Amino acid sequence: MNFTLHIWRQKNTQSDGSFVTYEISDIDSDTSFLEMLDQLNEELIEKGEDCVVFDYDCREGICGTCSLVINGHPHGEKKATTTCQLYMRDYVNQRELWIEPWRAKSFPIVKDLAVKREAFDRIIQSGGFISVSVGSAPEANSQLVNKDDADCAFDSATCIGCGACVAVCPNASASLFVAAKINHFERLPQGKIESKKRAERMINQMEEEGFGSCSNHRHCETVCPKEISVSNIAAMNNLL
Amino acid sequence: MQSLQLRNSRQIFGKKIKVTGVDKDFNQTLEKAGRVADFIELGHLMCVDALDRDESCGAHARLEYLAESGDAMRDDENFGYVAAWEYSDDKPVLHKEQLDFEFIKPTYRDYK
Repeated sequence: MNFTLHIWRQKNTQSDGSFVTYEISDIDSDTSFLEMLDQLNEELIEKGEDCVVFDYDCREGICGTCSLVINGHPHGEKKATTTCQLYMRDYVNQRELWIEPWRAKSFPIVKDLAVKREAFDRIIQSGGFISVSVGSAPEANSQLVNKDDADCAFDSATCIGCGACVAVCPNASASLFVAAKINHFERLPQGKIESKKRAERMINQMEEEGFGSCSNHRHCETVCPKEISVSNIAAMNNLL
Repeated sequence: MQSLQLRNSRQIFGKKIKVTGVDKDFNQTLEKAGRVADFIELGHLMCVDALDRDESCGAHARLEYLAESGDAMRDDENFGYVAAWEYSDDKPVLHKEQLDFEFIKPTYRDYK
């Protein structure tokens, strides 16, 4: 397979970026999207050029490190997948690919396609601690959790904090991420005491970081690789 | 001798490696090169340790230290220690952490 790649190149946070076009050929259809970029980078090294910087870690869709807006879609058009789970066979009918970083003021570009997502870390930190009795380990059956609640908490907990929801949102809102994190704990008996306080702190931090407000576009849930529902946002708003 | 060849591999890597980009900006290529250099260094230390340990023990199997039965020939008297190698530009320095078996003494392990 051969592709024409238009890749966003940007030297550092301060400089202006632009699209640079590369031709890449002999790509096996079973090559993953990131391996295709690895192949491009190897060609660039051979030519003595600067490699395209992009984020990745686990390459199995669980860590939330990979990003990339591909042809205008965060994590590509394929549903419920991260960028690292895409294969070039998914692009069999396309010859041209536009590859961009997450675009949001709160996610400054480090270089090329890599962005800083520390704002998410600070939101998590603002959630702070939970109150639990310390001492001997509690008896497992003493604190019963309803199956529906456990399932709901788990659905929210599947958020990998990748930031695709922010990248796709016209307001660059982090509501889906924050709501998922808040609801994950809200459903469980542990940490119930500071539930409201925690939600307030995290929402305040989200606003301080410069993320926009939710205006019900619902693009976030369509691109979320973990298919987290916008009903999380409604539940979060109910807490205030 | 073998150890010297291994040390050279690190030097050859340092000379022949092609790292693109600059040192002032975020540079993933440089980061990867650094990691490979670390692994070469670690691999070198593991080889130094393996050559130093004149016995066969567990996964450390040396053909010249096999019992007639084919079992690993351990030398608990001389090598009953954990080796911790201190990095040095010249030659790694060996620190021995002696193994002390209080209750169960090591015995000859026979699979026959």
